[in-house]
Amino acid sequence: MHPQTMASVSREVVIANRLGLHARPAMQFVDLANRFRSSVRVETLGDKPQQADGKSVMQMIVLAAVEGTRLRLTAEGDDAEEAVAKLAELIESKFGEE
Amino acid sequence: MEIKKGIPVSPGVVISTALVLDAEDLAVPKRHVEPSAVEAEVARLRDAVSAAIRDLSALRSSVSSQYGKEIGSIFDFHIGVLADPSFIGPIEAEIRQQQVTAAYALSTVARRFAGQFLGMQDKYLAERVKDIYDVERRVLHNLAGQEQESLAHLESDVVVIAHDLLPSQTAALDRRHVKGFATDVGGRTSHTAIVARALGIPAVVGLGNITAEVSGGDTVIIDGDRGLLIIKPDAEQLAEYQEFERKRERLEIELARLRDEPAVTLDGHAVSLQANIEFPHEIEDALKHGAEGIGLYRTEFLYLTSEKEPSEEDHYRAYVDALQRLEGRPLVIRTLDLGADKFTQARQTTPERNPFLGDRSIRMCLHDIPMFKRQLRAIMRASVAGDARLMFPMISTLMELRQAKMILKDVCEELEDEGVPFRADIPVGMMIEVPSAALMANNFAKEVNFFSIGTNDLIQYTLAVDRTNEKVAGLFCPAHPAVLMLIRDVIRHGQRNNVSVSVCGEMAGEPLYTLLLLGMGLAVFSMSAPDVPEVKKIIRSTTMAHARQVSRKVMSFDSERQVMHYLREETRKIIPEVF
Repeated sequence: MHPQTMASVSREVVIANRLGLHARPAMQFVDLANRFRSSVRVETLGDKPQQADGKSVMQMIVLAAVEGTRLRLTAEGDDAEEAVAKLAELIESKFGEE
Repeated sequence: MEIKKGIPVSPGVVISTALVLDAEDLAVPKRHVEPSAVEAEVARLRDAVSAAIRDLSALRSSVSSQYGKEIGSIFDFHIGVLADPSFIGPIEAEIRQQQVTAAYALSTVARRFAGQFLGMQDKYLAERVKDIYDVERRVLHNLAGQEQESLAHLESDVVVIAHDLLPSQTAALDRRHVKGFATDVGGRTSHTAIVARALGIPAVVGLGNITAEVSGGDTVIIDGDRGLLIIKPDAEQLAEYQEFERKRERLEIELARLRDEPAVTLDGHAVSLQANIEFPHEIEDALKHGAEGIGLYRTEFLYLTSEKEPSEEDHYRAYVDALQRLEGRPLVIRTLDLGADKFTQARQTTPERNPFLGDRSIRMCLHDIPMFKRQLRAIMRASVAGDARLMFPMISTLMELRQAKMILKDVCEELEDEGVPFRADIPVGMMIEVPSAALMANNFAKEVNFFSIGTNDLIQYTLAVDRTNEKVAGLFCPAHPAVLMLIRDVIRHGQRNNVSVSVCGEMAGEPLYTLLLLGMGLAVFSMSAPDVPEVKKIIRSTTMAHARQVSRKVMSFDSERQVMHYLREETRKIIPEVF
C-alpha cells in the first residue's frame, strides 16, 4: 500500500468561541470535514472522554463541546494533513463568531 | 382477536383490511409492519427524508435572500441532521430490527437523541433539542402526506382507522375502496360520522386508542350497528359475521315486503313514518325502507362538509335536489342547528364555557341575520319544487319564534319584490327540545303549523345530563317520567290546537317506545331509515286501544326502570323477536 494513504495526523485544539460547538459551528465543521477524503475523528479530552465521527453532525453536537473544551482531531487518509490543518484553523478562528 | 366498543355513528357491517392513518400532531403510536413490508417502510422513510431536505433547502434559499445568509443558515443544521447517517442509520435499523413503522422508528430515535441533548450541562446546547423535534416533525409530516397520497390511490378495499379523520384526509380518499371508518375519538357530529353517513358506509367512533392497537393490514370487522370494532377476528367471529350478513339480507327482504304497507294499527288508526336525513341522496334509502317523507332534514351538514360557508345557491341546489327525489312527499327542512360542537367551537375566537347553553342553533342564526336569510331565501325559493316545510330548532321563548318568523316574512317580501316564486303558505313549525318550549306548548301551538319533539336535546335539558360524558351518560333515559310527561303534554296541546306533532329524536326509532308514543297520540314518527320497518311492524301488530292502555299505565309509574321493564314486556308480547 502507498504510504501516503495510511497517513494519520492528529492535533489538539481548544474550543474558543463563547457558545461552544453548537448547531451552526458543528455544521460548519462537518461541512468542512466532508470535503476531505480522509476520515476525521474528534475526541474530547478530559474527565469523560468521548469521541465522534467528524463528518456526523449528530455525533459532533452530542459531544457537547463548550467553550474551553480540549479536543483531539485525528484524520486518516491521503489528505489527512490538510484536513487537520483546516479544521483546527476553523475552531481556532472561533467559527467566525464574535 | 380483540373487541372494542365505541359509538355507532353510521350503520352497516363490513369485514375488511385496516389502513391506519397517523395523526401528525400526536405522539406516534408503536405500530408493527409485516416482515415483508419492512423494506417498503425503509423506502418510505428515505422518500420522506429526501423530501424534507428539498423543502429545507428551498426554505434556506428564500430565507437567506430575504433576511440574510446568517439566518438562512439555521436550516443548514436541520439539513445536516437529515443527511447524517448517524441519525438516519439508527432509524432504518429500528424499522428493520423492530419491524415498526417509519414514523415510530423516527420518533424513537429522535427521542433518544433528544434525551442526550436534554442531559447536557450547557443550556444553549440543550436548547438544540428543539431542532431535533423540528426535524422530526417535518419528516412525520411528509410520512403522513404519503399516507394521504396513498388514500387517493387504493388498489383494494380497506377500512380506515384514524385518530380522527380530518376534512383534508376525507377529501383525498378513494371512495370506491374505502368501506368503513373507525376512530379513536369523535361523536355523532364528528366529521368522520358525517362523511360515513354521506358515503353510506359503516363507522364507529370513540373507540379509545385503536390507532395504537390496529396495525395496517390487519383484518377487522366494523359493526356500525352495534358500535363494535373487532380486531383480527378469529374463525368463529368471522363465521358469525358472515352469517349475520346473510341473516341481514334475509331480514331486508322480509322488511322490503313491509315497505309498501301502510303504518296502520289493527283497528285502523294510521300514523306517518318518516325518515331523518342529512344529505339529499339518503332519500333513496329512506324510501326503500318505507318512509313516507322526510320528517327532519338536518341542513347543518351543508356547513360541516365544507370549509367555507355555503352560498344561497348551495342551499337552494340541495333543497331542490331533495324535493325532486321525494316526488311530492313532504320534506321538513330544519334551519341551521349548529353550535355546541367542536366545529363551531373551533371557529370561535373565544370558546364558550357552556356551549350547550350557549350561542347555538336558532340563537346563532338570530345573531347572524345575513347568514340566516341566505338559508331562508333558499328554502323559500325551493318551496315551489315540492312539499317543503320549514322548521326552526331550539326555540326556547316566544320572542325567538316571533323574531325568526319576522325574518322569514322579510325574506318573503324581498322575493316578492324580485318576482321570485315561492310558496307563501309553506307550513312553519318548530322543534320542541327545550323544557320551556315543552311547558308552553299551548302558547306556541297558536303560532306554528307543527311541532317536532327533539327528544335527544329535550332529555339532555330536562335531566341535565350530557350523554357524551361517560360518567353521567347512564342518567340519560327517554323513559324518565319527567320526560314522558313533557312529551305527553306537547302531543296533547298539539291535538287541542290542531297542530301536528312529530317526534324526530332517536326515541321515535326505538321499538321500545313505539307503543307508548302511539298511545299518547303521536301522529308522525321520524327516525333514521333503517328503523322504519321494525317500528312499522309493531304499529301494524297492535291496536290503538291497546296502545292507549299502555301509555296510561306507563304514566302511572314513577321510575324509568318500571317504565322500561313494562314496555319491554308489552312489546315482546306483540313481536317476541324484537329484543
